[in-house]
Amino acid sequence: MLYREAGDFKTSYEDDSQTFPIRFDRLAFYAALVVAFGIVPFVINDYWANAVALPFLIYAIAAIGLNILVGFCGQVSLGTGGFMAVGAYATYKLMTAFPEVNIFFHVLIAGGITAFVGVLFGLPSLRIKGFYLAVATLAAQFFLVWLFNRVPWFYNYSASGQISAPERTVVGVPVTGPHTEAWATYLFCLVFLAGSALIARNLTRGATGRKWMAIRDMDIAAEIIGVNPLRAKLSAFAVSSFFIGIAGALFFSVYLGAVEVGEAFGINKSFLVLFMVIIGGLGRIFGSLAGAAFLVLLPVLLKNTLVGTLGWPTDLAAHLEIMIVGALIIVFLVAEPHGLAQLWRLTKEKLRLWPFPH
Amino acid sequence: MSLAEQYVMDTEMDRSEGHITEDGRKIGAVMMEMRNITLKFGGVVAIKDISFDIRQGEIRAIIGPNGAGKSSMLNVISGFYHPQEGEVWYNGSRRAPMRPYQVARQGIARTFQNIALFEGMTVLDNVMTGRLNFMKTNLFQQAFWRGKAEREEVHNREFVEKIIDFLEIQAIRKTPVSRLPYGLKKRVELARALAAEPHLLLLDEPMAGMNVEEKEDMSRFILNANDEFGTTIALIEHDMGVVMDLSDRVVVMDYGKKIGDGTPDEVRNNQAVIDAYLGVAHD
Repeated sequence: MLYREAGDFKTSYEDDSQTFPIRFDRLAFYAALVVAFGIVPFVINDYWANAVALPFLIYAIAAIGLNILVGFCGQVSLGTGGFMAVGAYATYKLMTAFPEVNIFFHVLIAGGITAFVGVLFGLPSLRIKGFYLAVATLAAQFFLVWLFNRVPWFYNYSASGQISAPERTVVGVPVTGPHTEAWATYLFCLVFLAGSALIARNLTRGATGRKWMAIRDMDIAAEIIGVNPLRAKLSAFAVSSFFIGIAGALFFSVYLGAVEVGEAFGINKSFLVLFMVIIGGLGRIFGSLAGAAFLVLLPVLLKNTLVGTLGWPTDLAAHLEIMIVGALIIVFLVAEPHGLAQLWRLTKEKLRLWPFPH
Repeated sequence: MSLAEQYVMDTEMDRSEGHITEDGRKIGAVMMEMRNITLKFGGVVAIKDISFDIRQGEIRAIIGPNGAGKSSMLNVISGFYHPQEGEVWYNGSRRAPMRPYQVARQGIARTFQNIALFEGMTVLDNVMTGRLNFMKTNLFQQAFWRGKAEREEVHNREFVEKIIDFLEIQAIRKTPVSRLPYGLKKRVELARALAAEPHLLLLDEPMAGMNVEEKEDMSRFILNANDEFGTTIALIEHDMGVVMDLSDRVVVMDYGKKIGDGTPDEVRNNQAVIDAYLGVAHD
């Protein structure tokens, strides 16, 4: 009954183009923000932060980034892992070279560097489309991982070939290194996710987003109304890689702490983020959040049920978990090819009419 | 009189500054001129040495049997094809070969024979894409939205709403295009083209596949657009009734060649045109 748009009249175009046109949605969104920023930091513990919250926040940023490229601009990319590695190694180099600069700016600059690298590897998109482009971005994935493995300058000539994050603080509170607290790392990543989601939403509802979607839906028609395909595609690669770079930076510095590039940023990562985007819903910011939540929470949930409740051996549970997640993805995509975001929208459509659907 | 002579006469005539039609519309000077255009695809000659012009404010039809090269001609104007020979003159200067998006920025908009809308977007967003050339804020301003980007969005939205009003598609503005029936899609495509405030509007078979009522609506919109916005219109159409009623002048093409050019009455009585449409034994 609460969920109504009747009587909620829009009197200006600003009101009409806002993100949550229905009042109840708007309130729910503010409530979610209050909970995320005001309540969760006080109750979160290390287990929840490391098993659920941090991976969700970081993958959500990466998924937003990839969604801009694949979902909004229609350019398939399998280079996400490689671009995350760029973000991670850029932060590492910045952290060690300029220890006095705040980590917050390091992460942003790492995003900027990744954006630049993303544009370079996006250049083939001007000539090739679809699966062929996916193969070209695959080259980025393997080349970048190889590069960070083979050139010792990137890992500061450390004997192990790993990079590990030194302790850095934000307003006196450590967010990287061994002495971090759950709430600090959580808030640090949450700020980035909120910022990314907001920027992505602003870009996709305005002129830039329309250019991207025009290229996605019909590139010939896009060109005839004055979209420069070169600039539109490359800007999508830049913005997308910017977010993915930030995700990579946080993944390394805040979440893992120490990273071996092939293990942390391999091809698996590219597919994982792509699955999140597809399951969540292509071309929806909310879809990226939902997809990340789904693929982060599901394994944790399965593990807790299988090992914790049913008492199965850990290795058996681990294998079954992979199989179940895979099967669920297939079932899910058959049932709702447009992803969780579409499911959510259908639910809301129903809710608008509830309890009098006729 | 050979075609070449006729063309020389035409161009001499064209130096005039225009005239007023019987129904009181002002036809201005020549705005677009195709000079001796030849377009080949490998060994196939799609357009052979065609010259014609389009005057400010007029409705110019291009007709001809299937495969005559009409759509190729529009594609030359809008920059998809680059002719091997000949020149395109626009607003008094020779146009260098350019990409379609550059053509769009010169104020030339078009619709397609098989609808080329953005299926994943709403009607409103589709029409808003027509305003992209008027949106000047950069990526960073748009990322923060508040301020310039939002004002620009609202300002362009106001114009788009005028177009939506004009084409009577208010009720479907938030509907995804993929859900619309064919006739409405055609109308949305016209809306998108008009939103760009074009000087020259190219319509590739705007009435194809429509019933009589839809054709009447579309004709009304075309006439009104010409009248109210002063848009110059070049259209390809197969419905002769529509063509003869709407257009000020007609170019007739057949097998890539121009076989007639003039007012609807002149064209109707042109023996070459009659032959092309009714068929005649070629020696």
